[in-house]
Amino acid sequence: MRETTRQEDLLRGIWRENPVLIQLLGLCPALAVTNSVENALAMGLATFFVLCGSSLLVSTLKKLIPHEVRISTYILIIATFVTVADMTLEAVVPEIHKALGAFIALIVVNCMILGRQEAFASKRPVGRALLDAVGTGVGFIIALLLMGSLRELLGNGSLLGISLFGPSYEPWVVMILPPGGFFALGALILALGWIQQRRAPRSQPQEWPEGVADREAA
Amino acid sequence: MWSVVASLAPVVGASIWFFGPSALLVLIASCAGAICTERGIAGTRALRDGSGTITGLLLGLTLPPGIPLWMAFLGGAFGMAFGKLVFGGLGQNVFNPALLGRAFLQAAFPVALTTWPASASSWWSLRGDNFALPLMSPQVPDALTGATPLGLFKFEGQGTDLGSLLVGSTGGSLGETCGLIILLGGAYLALRGHLNWRIPASIFASVALLAGLLHLIDAEQYPGPVFMLFSGGLMLGAVYMATDMVTSPVSGLGCWVFGAGIGALVVIIRIWGGLPEGVMYSILLMNALVPFINRVTQPRVFGTNLGSSAS
Repeated sequence: MRETTRQEDLLRGIWRENPVLIQLLGLCPALAVTNSVENALAMGLATFFVLCGSSLLVSTLKKLIPHEVRISTYILIIATFVTVADMTLEAVVPEIHKALGAFIALIVVNCMILGRQEAFASKRPVGRALLDAVGTGVGFIIALLLMGSLRELLGNGSLLGISLFGPSYEPWVVMILPPGGFFALGALILALGWIQQRRAPRSQPQEWPEGVADREAA
Repeated sequence: MWSVVASLAPVVGASIWFFGPSALLVLIASCAGAICTERGIAGTRALRDGSGTITGLLLGLTLPPGIPLWMAFLGGAFGMAFGKLVFGGLGQNVFNPALLGRAFLQAAFPVALTTWPASASSWWSLRGDNFALPLMSPQVPDALTGATPLGLFKFEGQGTDLGSLLVGSTGGSLGETCGLIILLGGAYLALRGHLNWRIPASIFASVALLAGLLHLIDAEQYPGPVFMLFSGGLMLGAVYMATDMVTSPVSGLGCWVFGAGIGALVVIIRIWGGLPEGVMYSILLMNALVPFINRVTQPRVFGTNLGSSAS
């Protein structure tokens, strides 16, 4: 495996390998709690905290964790941080905590977090693991904010609760409901793919492995 | 495809006859939405075979006449983009694009989609706030709203007499009023071989059978089969939407199963569901089952699997 630089570790999760929009991980919270910017931000921050904390701890303890029970150990570590996040949210912003409901507890089984532990934090030094967690977490927040703003803008005519179109705006009710989450995610992934496709001709031609070099010609 | 458009012309004419300039405006807006989206996204790869026009017309015919034009445009655009182009264009779509556009509008703007105009003062007057600004809600005084025959039956227990159902002088969406003209258009298309007659036939048969049985059990609670056949969007849906070649089964037996499923779902939704009308959801649901129906009703390939002699 090619060694990655520090910069790459930090930046790739934000856009190029965005956990939600590119890797399609952590879709459950991305679909379920993004019906307003407020909820999306709270969920993003909580997940960011859990991801950074557990990456730090898993990377620190990687020599001590027996290989056979590593997944359950990761889950235990993640669950500890989720409990902290859950209690903090309940104390600081009880309204949002109520709106997010069971989805805070479900951060424990967010495959994005577990994936970073298994694929990265358990094999790399602490500093690298933290950089990777920060990048991935920021990417997750960005994706959730995009979803949340799109859905709140169309479904409620507002952003962060501030009405933008005046009182006679006709809300697109469906965007607040669960199908709207799928529409928004699909539209975002579509837009992203479209942008990448338009950029592709300008970048360097890819080198194919031997045997498929003349695929274009065939 | 243009012959389908031609067979829709009398239906369009009837809707303009009954709903005045509003009908024309709504149809133009929904067609513009569908066609502009197809040209805008697919560009030169878009086929000029009239399929975009059909999507727009069929969507417009399922909308109430008083709907704001921007909603009709949006429905056409959504149906074309998410119902057809994301799957890869004509021939690849799973669901009927026009119905998908309508389903989206129904979910997004439930009030505007169920506001029916009362009889207008003159033919020339608009049947609602068609010219509401984009993204703004229509302003409709309550006194101007009416009801459809199905809504009347479901929520108020009133019947509608057969004559006005046949001719279409009732409230409702643009194309769900005149049953006779739609049947004539369907007959023309069936004779030309553009639609599979088995699908509408099995839809009508299963609706009539189920509604008739229920009517025999309790005539007070359940409407008769003729009312069920000629009210709401059943005619339009059965003749023009369920028969979309892309989203209906391939084999004859499959078509019978498909139509029977739609008919049964229509009766179930209309009688026991929360909505007065269920043709749209019935067709969309059965569209999703088409690949499965195709697999189950696959005809035997000639010369293979000859029963006992093969084993």
